[in-house]
Amino acid sequence: MPREGANSCCIEGGVPVKVSRLLLAGALAVSVAGIGFAQSFEFVGAGATFPAPLYLKMFDQYAKEFGVKVNYQAIGSGGGQAQLKGRTVDFGASDVIMTAKDLADAPAEIVHIPTVAGAVVLVSNLPGNPQLRFTGDIIADIFLGKIKNWNDPRIAGINPDVKFPNMNITVVHRSDGSGTTGVFSDYLSKISDEWKTKVGSGTSLSWPVGIGGKGNPGVAGLVKQLPGSFGYVELIYALQNNMSYALLKNKSGNWIKASLATTSTAANVPVPEDVTKLSLTNTDAPEGYPISTFTWLILYKEQNYGNHQKAKVEALLKMIWWMTHDGQKYAEPLSYATLPAPVVKKAEAILKSITFDGKPLLEGGM
Amino acid sequence: MSVLLIAILLSLVLSSRPALVANGFRFLTGSEWDPVTNSFHALPFVFGTLVTSVIALAIATVLSLALAILMGEYFRTGAFASIMRTAVELLAGIPSIVYGFIGLFFLVPAVRVIQIALGVPPFGVGILTSSILLAFMVLPYSASIGREMLMLVPADLKEAALSLGSTRSEMVWKVSLPFSRSGIMGGIFLSLGRALGETMAVTMVIGNSNSITLNLLSPGNTMASLIANEFSEAQGAVYLASLIEIALLLFVISTVINILGKMVINRMVETT
Amino acid sequence: MAGDLARAQGEGAMQTRPSVKRKAQGTDAELRGRLRGDKAFLGGVLAISLIATLPLVLILVFIIVRGASSINWQFLTELPKPMGEAGGGISNAIVGTLILIVLASVISIPLGILAGIFLSESGKSGLGRLTRLSVETLMGVPSIVIGIVAYVWVVRTMGHFSALSGGVALAMIMLPVITLSTEETLLLIPVSLREAALALGVSYPRTVMKVILPAGASGVITGTLLGVARAAGETAPLLFTSFGSPYMEYNILKPVASLPQTIFFYATSPYPEWQTLAWGASFVLLVIVLALNLVTKLVTSRWKIQF
Repeated sequence: MPREGANSCCIEGGVPVKVSRLLLAGALAVSVAGIGFAQSFEFVGAGATFPAPLYLKMFDQYAKEFGVKVNYQAIGSGGGQAQLKGRTVDFGASDVIMTAKDLADAPAEIVHIPTVAGAVVLVSNLPGNPQLRFTGDIIADIFLGKIKNWNDPRIAGINPDVKFPNMNITVVHRSDGSGTTGVFSDYLSKISDEWKTKVGSGTSLSWPVGIGGKGNPGVAGLVKQLPGSFGYVELIYALQNNMSYALLKNKSGNWIKASLATTSTAANVPVPEDVTKLSLTNTDAPEGYPISTFTWLILYKEQNYGNHQKAKVEALLKMIWWMTHDGQKYAEPLSYATLPAPVVKKAEAILKSITFDGKPLLEGGM
Repeated sequence: MSVLLIAILLSLVLSSRPALVANGFRFLTGSEWDPVTNSFHALPFVFGTLVTSVIALAIATVLSLALAILMGEYFRTGAFASIMRTAVELLAGIPSIVYGFIGLFFLVPAVRVIQIALGVPPFGVGILTSSILLAFMVLPYSASIGREMLMLVPADLKEAALSLGSTRSEMVWKVSLPFSRSGIMGGIFLSLGRALGETMAVTMVIGNSNSITLNLLSPGNTMASLIANEFSEAQGAVYLASLIEIALLLFVISTVINILGKMVINRMVETT
Repeated sequence: MAGDLARAQGEGAMQTRPSVKRKAQGTDAELRGRLRGDKAFLGGVLAISLIATLPLVLILVFIIVRGASSINWQFLTELPKPMGEAGGGISNAIVGTLILIVLASVISIPLGILAGIFLSESGKSGLGRLTRLSVETLMGVPSIVIGIVAYVWVVRTMGHFSALSGGVALAMIMLPVITLSTEETLLLIPVSLREAALALGVSYPRTVMKVILPAGASGVITGTLLGVARAAGETAPLLFTSFGSPYMEYNILKPVASLPQTIFFYATSPYPEWQTLAWGASFVLLVIVLALNLVTKLVTSRWKIQF
């Protein structure tokens, strides 16, 4: 830093003095920013694979603007929950809400904060690659093994202008545990009572029929190679890899093509007090795609544990706030669906409810 | 060393206790694996593991013996030998998932062609496919070690055979191989171990269907790939513990196979 | 004696000499049959080896072809960038993998070789048999299970993820390969070598270090390289131990990135651009394993004794 005295005394007025003042101002600005950067925190998070690319983008951007470093690894929703329980991470990420039993098992109360939304689409491999339509009950019956052939009258019934060959339907499902399966089975459980009792919903299931592929690429790869196959993948995967997928009839009777817009629209429903009770599958929203879901960040409600310090926790909460507000603009370019306004409000409320030594950290608006 | 192993064993047993209690002995006999209703049974996976490992080992043994003889006897020195040797050792370093993708791109369509020719459902994936892929994955261990063993055969022994009028192949067959037999077996056991525990590549081409069938062209599942697939996403104490119980079972089965294998080999050695 | 043997090592000495053919016992036809069988054997070995190597070559070529296009200076020296931004690389994964390999080797190589020596000396004893069984069983434990065990032992104790825990997990994976190949190699060393040294008054430890190990160096090194190669390519055990990191990290008490994890993450992602990067990373991993392979062989070539 230039010495004020030296410059103003030894050089007559005019430019040198202005230069020294400029330098002083510049130095002050740098050191103020430096204080901000000196407070650079590091967080460790783990969990869901589905939002990982978006989180990485968000964390990278946030680090550029605010200097906070985040190490997020996609080890799976279950892994995220387990690490949060073991307190080896600062926050977790999960595509599915933790079960009541798991929440009870945790050392302290855990909250869920929605960040973005996604959808699951049905892909198939038929000669000529026609655009197909399905209803939920037909999908359920195919995956239950009750509809075995593509030329089944029920399929032809809703696809009048498609000529179906006499080909067995090979069901392709996920072999690994996944939030995608969780959403898909949640939807099928709502549509079909038989599915609900025979198979149920969850990230890993006992599938009645079909072969399993590992990850979205595994399912997509198998469907691409196997004529007559029928499987489910994340919308983001289908979009990025130019796969065609079926239209679905939603609860209101409309034929909906899955897209970022229809996914966000699926959340245009009255938001219950407990936002985790909001399930987007088989949504009531008239223009909403019926197999949609939120993904969540999970953390403890009371943040004073381990070696947590107040300033660090505050920085974490501010980052999550940013993710649900300004950060949302990074979602669509990467094929994620943004949160609708009422859900964002709920996220704000949850963030404000997080305490340190019993006292909430975020006050008012940000 | 054995302390380490017993420690691992204990860790596994302790962690799987909730499942041991919940599942009981039905674990070993049932065939349903349903995380939703917490009904866990291991039979399909035990079956898949055993079948794929046995077939893979059979294929790998033939292939690696040929490679070992080629590199340990006929082409011991020279550029070609060095390249072969390094290439085989490199293969041990390819990540499992890369093998899986290659299996998906090449092996699966190839098997599918066979299946279409035979008129069976053309899945492409299945027990046979994963056994073949597995064979290539475990090949480096038995091939490289087999080669080393053959190179350790003392020259005077080999010279003696040749000078008595045997052809080179007879020398290999009657002197080199028997001399290094135990070492080659050791390499094969290493391969077996790897085959039993292989996860990623297998899971990408086995079809992951929890069925028990002798039809090699149909899909199946193995213990190791089950654990790898479901562990990260597993929620719930009984579910997690059941997966660890599968690990425990694999541990036990691996030990049993090793003991039995040794007994069979010793019997063979004694009779020859 | 050594000189004769060395000469006899040459290829020429191994071929059936014409003089031997003429003096052989038995009928001409039988002789011709045996010679045909000899050629057939070589042919068979070559054919089967070809079947074995063709896919191997295919794999290597595939990775090179698919991966080489991603390789540029940026790729090797930059940190990963999020999707949508140009550039970005795997430098932290390269460094991380090297750190993990070093950690794992430091733990497992001495331990493995010692255990191999122990097994070759007292393998028939009760403790020896138990140890060998343990090691063989360890070989068959899925890598993810070893990762879980390392998680419980190291990560839980420390309270956070670290490269150290990843090194421990990888060491457990490397140990059986090193131990068993060392044992098998040493078992084939003629007892005469060992006895000669001992008869000359060399102490037992020096016998091991100066006579037995160098004689078996080739096999021991092969086993070590196989172990390192496997450890370099494992993903599952690192998920819960070294965890991964988007940053460059040299501190072994913190999480580090690794090439197999990067490959897995990119390969299973939705974006075709990232899927291509996965192949590039695979190629880099292969090059690293190759480099380790060559360097080790070069460095230890002077220690070997061929007898």
